[in-house]
Amino acid sequence: MTDAGETLSGRHRDPAPNRPALDDRRLRRRYAAERRFKACGVVAIGVATIALAWLLFSIVAQGYQAFVHTYIKLDVAFDAQQLDPTGGNTPEALARGNYGGLYKNALRDRFADVKNRRDRRALYALLSRGAEDDLHAMVLSDPSIVGSRKEVWLTASDDVDMLLKGKIDRDRPERERPIEDRQLAWIDSLAADGRVETRFNTRFFSAGASREPELAGIWGAIMGSFFAMMVTLLLSFPVGVGAAVYLEEFAPRNRWTDLIEVNINNLAAVPSIVFGLLGLAVILNFFGVPRSAPLAGGMVLALMTLPTIIIATRAALKAVPPSIREAALGIGASRLQVINHHVLPLALPGILTGTIIGMAQALGETAPLLMIGMVAFIVDIPTDPLSPATVLPVQIYLWSDMPERSFVEKTSAAIMVLLGFLVIMNAVAIYLRRKFERRW
Amino acid sequence: MNKHIVFAVAAVASIGVATAAQARDQIRIVGSSTVFPFSTAVAERFGKSTEFKTPVVESTGSGGGLKLFCSGVGVRHPDIANASRRIKKSEVDRCARNGIKAITEVKIGYDGIVLANSRKAKPAGITLKQLYLALAKSVPADARGETLKDNPYRMWSDIDPSLPRRKIEVLGPPPTSGTRDAFVELAMEGGCKRFPAIEAMRKADKKRYKAVCHGIREDGAFIEAGENDVLIIQKLVANPNAYGIFGFSFLDANADRIQGTAVNGVAPEFETVSSGEYPVSRSMYFYVKQAHVGVIPGIEEYVGEFTAERAWGPDGYLVDKGLIPLSDADRKKTVQAAMSGAKLSM
Repeated sequence: MTDAGETLSGRHRDPAPNRPALDDRRLRRRYAAERRFKACGVVAIGVATIALAWLLFSIVAQGYQAFVHTYIKLDVAFDAQQLDPTGGNTPEALARGNYGGLYKNALRDRFADVKNRRDRRALYALLSRGAEDDLHAMVLSDPSIVGSRKEVWLTASDDVDMLLKGKIDRDRPERERPIEDRQLAWIDSLAADGRVETRFNTRFFSAGASREPELAGIWGAIMGSFFAMMVTLLLSFPVGVGAAVYLEEFAPRNRWTDLIEVNINNLAAVPSIVFGLLGLAVILNFFGVPRSAPLAGGMVLALMTLPTIIIATRAALKAVPPSIREAALGIGASRLQVINHHVLPLALPGILTGTIIGMAQALGETAPLLMIGMVAFIVDIPTDPLSPATVLPVQIYLWSDMPERSFVEKTSAAIMVLLGFLVIMNAVAIYLRRKFERRW
Repeated sequence: MNKHIVFAVAAVASIGVATAAQARDQIRIVGSSTVFPFSTAVAERFGKSTEFKTPVVESTGSGGGLKLFCSGVGVRHPDIANASRRIKKSEVDRCARNGIKAITEVKIGYDGIVLANSRKAKPAGITLKQLYLALAKSVPADARGETLKDNPYRMWSDIDPSLPRRKIEVLGPPPTSGTRDAFVELAMEGGCKRFPAIEAMRKADKKRYKAVCHGIREDGAFIEAGENDVLIIQKLVANPNAYGIFGFSFLDANADRIQGTAVNGVAPEFETVSSGEYPVSRSMYFYVKQAHVGVIPGIEEYVGEFTAERAWGPDGYLVDKGLIPLSDADRKKTVQAAMSGAKLSM
C-alpha cells in the first residue's frame, strides 16, 4: 500500500498522497450509485414478495371453500323393509340394503307435490350419491336405528354446493347454468326451513379419489406420497451419505474420483422426466416392480434425490474443521472412529438439511411418475408400498383437468395441503439445524 | 454407521421382495385423457357396486396407452386401452407381433370439439372454410387454391366482412394432444378441402395435401395453451376477444361463462353432436385384450357396466359427465359385439 502511495505521489506530487482528493461531485456520484443499487434490491424483493403473495392469495381465495361442504337435513325413515328385508340385522344383510331408496323417499316426503319421473330425477339430483354411503355408515355404526325416523344431514351434490358457495350465478338464464329453476325453488324452500348448512368437509381428508367432486378426497394421495417418500428416504439417505463419506474422507484424489464428482454434479441437473424413463426401463421392466406402486415411485425419486444429498453431505463434511480430525487421530482414534464419533455428528445438521430439502423436492415431483404409471385414477387407499397409488402433486394435476366446476376449488385446496407439507418439512429442517448446530 | 448399514440392507431387501412376480386381481386401464373422465366414472361405480376391486385408470394419451396395451400378454401389461380415435393398423400389427391376436373394440360415444369464447363477447357463427383460413399456416392465394401464400389474415374481418372486426386469437391444445389431432383432421381439413385445387391434390400428392391442410400457423394467432382445458376456459373468461378449442364436456360444465360458436350454421349442442349434424365431432373407443378376459377378474363385468343403459344410455350417468351417446341401434349392436368378445379386424 505504501509502495503504491509512493509511486502515486511520485507521479502527481500530491500533498496528501494516500488519500484521493474528495471531490464533491465524485462523492455524490458514488452515493447515488449506492442508493440506486439499494433501490434495485428493494424493487427486486418487492416484486418477489408481490408475486408470492399473489400466488398464495389466488390459491387460498379459490380453494378455502373446499374445506367446507353443503349438507341438507332430511327426515329419513330407516325403513326395515328396505334395509333389512331378511331381518338378520347382521352387517352382511345390512350391506345389501337399499340406501339410495331411503334418501329418495325422504326427498319425496318433503316435496310431496313432485310427481312425474323427470321432476323426481331432478329432485334426487340435489343430493350426492355419497348420501347413500352416509346412510350406510350410520346404520352400520348403530344398527338399532333401523325402523326409526331421524333427522339426518346428508351430502349435497356438487352443483348445489357450488350454487350456495356463490360459484354458480343464479341470475343466468336457466339453460346456461347446471341448476334448473325448479331445483332452485326446492333449494330455496329447504334453506328457508334451515335445512341447508355448510359444514367442515371431513371427507376431503379421509377419502380417496372420486369422479364425483363432492366425494373426492386427498387421503389416498397423502398415503401414496407417504409410502413413496419412505422408500425414497430409506434408499437415498444411506446410499447418499455413504457415498459422500467415502468420497470426502477415504477416496484418493485422482482422475476417477474427479470423474465421479463431475458426474454427480451433472446428475443433479438432469431433467426429472429422464429419471422416469430410467425407472420404466430398469425398475419396472428389469426388476419387475408392479406399475403404479409407491415402491417404484420412491425408487425413481430416490435416484433423483441422491445427487442433492451427496452434494449437501460433502459440503457439510468439508465444513468440519480439520483440527477436529487431527486431534482425534492424534489421540489414537482410527479413521472410522474419527468419522463416526466426531465428523458425522458435527456434520449432521447440514446432512439433515440437505436431505430434507431433497425430499421436499421429491414430494413435489410429477414428471418421472408419469412413466411408471402413477398418474392414475385410484380410488382405493393404498395400504402398503406395493399397492397402486398416486401422489399429491399428481392428484393436483389430475383434478386440475376435470370438467366439473367443483374440482377447481379441490385443486386449490390440494395445493394448500401440499404447500402445508412442504412448509412443515422446511420448518423441521430449520429446527434440526438450530438444534444440532455447533460453532467453533 | 451401523444403523446406516441396517437401513441399506432393508432397502435392498425391499427391492428383492418386489421382484417376486405377483398375480393381479385388479383391472388396469390406460389411455386417452379425453376418455379418462368417463372411464374413471365407470371404474368407480364398478368398484362400489361389485365385489371386484376398483380398476386403476391411467391417463397416458391414446397413443401412449395403445403402445402399453400392445406390449404383450400377461399381468404386467394393461387389460384395456381407452382411445379418442380408432386404433391404427400399425398398432394392431404391433399387438399381433407381441402375441395379442384378439382385441375387442367398443365404441362408447362421441365428443364434440368446440370453438368457444366468453359470454361477454357477441356470439358469431363461422364456417369450416373460414376457420381453416384463420388458422392455417399457408392459405390459398386464389379462389380455387392453385397457389399458396403465408397466412396474411390478422383480423377475423379480413377473412370475411361478416365476421367480427377483432384480432384472430385462438387458444388451443398442443400437438401431443388427441384433441388437437381431431381438430386438425375434422375442422382444418374439412375447411381445406373446400378448395377444388387442394382437394385434387389429395389424390395426386397426399403428403403435400396433409402439410397444407394440417399446418397450423405459428405467428402468434394460434396460441398453444397446454393440455389443460380448464386453464383455457379461465383465459377465455379473462379475455373476451380470444377463442378456445376444447372438448364439448368442458363447454357443457361452463355454459354460464362461455358460449360455443356455431360451425357451418350448427351450434355445438348435445342434440346436434349426437346426431352428427355438428361437423367437428369424433368417436371414442376402448379396446379389450381378450387374452386377459377370465384371467384378470372382472373385465367382462366392467365392460358390462360401461355398456349398461344406466351408464351410457341417454339418461345414464356418463351423459351427466358430458358423454354424447350412440344412437339406440348402435348401442344395441355394440353391446352384443362387446359382450360376445367380437374380434377386431382391420
